[in-house]
Amino acid sequence: MGLYSRRLWINRFNLAVSLLTMLIGLFWLGWILLTLFDAGFKALGPALFFTMTPPPGSSGGLSNAIAGSVIMAAMGTLIGTPIGMMAGIYLAEFGGRGWLAPVTRFINDILLSAPSIVVGLFVYEVYVIHTRHFSAWAGTMALALIVIPVVIRTTENMLRLVPDSLREAAAALGAPQWKVITLVTVRAAKAGIVTGILLAVARISGETAPLLFTALNNQFWSLDMNQPMANLPVVIFQFAMSPYENWQHLAWAGALLITMGVLVLNILARVFFRNKSPTY
Amino acid sequence: MNAAVLQPVQEILAQKIQVKNLNFYYGGFHALKDINLQIPERRVTAFIGPSGCGKSTLLRTFNRMYALYPKQEARGEILIDGEDILSPRQDLNRLRAKVGMVFQKPTPFPMSIHDNIAFGVRLYESLSAREMEERVEWALRKAALWEEVKDKLKQSGTSLSGGQQQRLCIARGIAVKPEVLLLDEPASALDPISTGRIEELVHELKNDYTIVIVTHNMQQAARVSDYTAYMYLGEMMEFGVTDEVFIKPKKKETEDYITGRFG
Repeated sequence: MGLYSRRLWINRFNLAVSLLTMLIGLFWLGWILLTLFDAGFKALGPALFFTMTPPPGSSGGLSNAIAGSVIMAAMGTLIGTPIGMMAGIYLAEFGGRGWLAPVTRFINDILLSAPSIVVGLFVYEVYVIHTRHFSAWAGTMALALIVIPVVIRTTENMLRLVPDSLREAAAALGAPQWKVITLVTVRAAKAGIVTGILLAVARISGETAPLLFTALNNQFWSLDMNQPMANLPVVIFQFAMSPYENWQHLAWAGALLITMGVLVLNILARVFFRNKSPTY
Repeated sequence: MNAAVLQPVQEILAQKIQVKNLNFYYGGFHALKDINLQIPERRVTAFIGPSGCGKSTLLRTFNRMYALYPKQEARGEILIDGEDILSPRQDLNRLRAKVGMVFQKPTPFPMSIHDNIAFGVRLYESLSAREMEERVEWALRKAALWEEVKDKLKQSGTSLSGGQQQRLCIARGIAVKPEVLLLDEPASALDPISTGRIEELVHELKNDYTIVIVTHNMQQAARVSDYTAYMYLGEMMEFGVTDEVFIKPKKKETEDYITGRFG
């Protein structure tokens, strides 16, 4: 066999293996989505959005859980994003010297990969125990703690992709460093940073463990941040394990809602930033 | 220029930049060795030499661009209008308002064409919207870009072609009304037509500005500059009127480099 035909066959073989592994991945993803749609659609309808979680045996929806999830995810993102962005800016723009940045980066990496249940237990220990009740604030804190490392990491990575020549160009005009950062570098990395924030939102909207110890759940409509608050992941967790069939249907519908929500977020991120990121 | 060929530089013009015993270090690496140089006002001075000879390094000391990086250090004196800019009391932002710079790769900011130019102006002046429009038009006209972009000032600067982006960067530099313009291989990433445009521009701008240009392209140095400095391994080998350096170099090394026998 000649050199070229051998290369051709090696190429074909590797291509076939890659295709196969891709198909294996897609197969499970497809199966999960199909099951989700199949089971979730049974409980899908207006009632899902406008009625509250029912007691066993009667019908209802998920309105309180949806509201709770949206509120806590939004608050968690609002609190976590600025902290994460500023820390990320510090690491990328000022982290060249000294020991603080490497240490921060290392700890952040640990936080990033820490199991979320640890975050839940932490907030339980430092906040819930002292206030003696579960609350939406505690849930928000736990979610914010999950948002922060994700945003730190993506902000730093995206800022590092901005070429130094752009920073130099702004500095060469006499711009002070804070203006270089806020008006030029962060702007150049905007698309990537926003995508990172959306990924963080997607991540926390499905987190169960940190909410289990903090916001817990609420059978009733409550917007009081100092009270336990209903939320989709914990409702899914409870309802899916219950013996009642309509609860199980609602759990599936909740899972479908979260998945669709995350999907919509991802699509929005792609549509908004498809052509906005500048190329260098 | 021909009349000036055999006359010493110092007798003709006012010196804008005077470099005295300048040494430059990248950490432990001694990149510039005892540089002495006088750059005349409202003329184009070109730095030529093989890669790594220190010509960009020297250029970047004139606006203290190296100060962005903690391990880089310059020792000696650089006087601009008689003021030592290496002195720790020198306000960097004021220095950079006076000494503009254009880089090898076009670096449009991620904002509209208008805002790209307004960015620098806003750092020093608070103009009304009307005045700002006039300033933007003035700068774009100076950079020979106005006719091409006047209908799309709101578009992103990154949407322009490479050559247009580079002229935008020149316009941005001019807009803050500097006195010195540093060009670090401004045309090396551009096609011949865009390069020609930039060279014409340099020719026109020298009526108002002191221009220092680093270039790898010997023909370009010969075309655009009035004075040429040949550098090698961190040392200033030869400096003089461009025609003289190119036609009758004083040193053998310069001649070898210019004629392509080396470098």
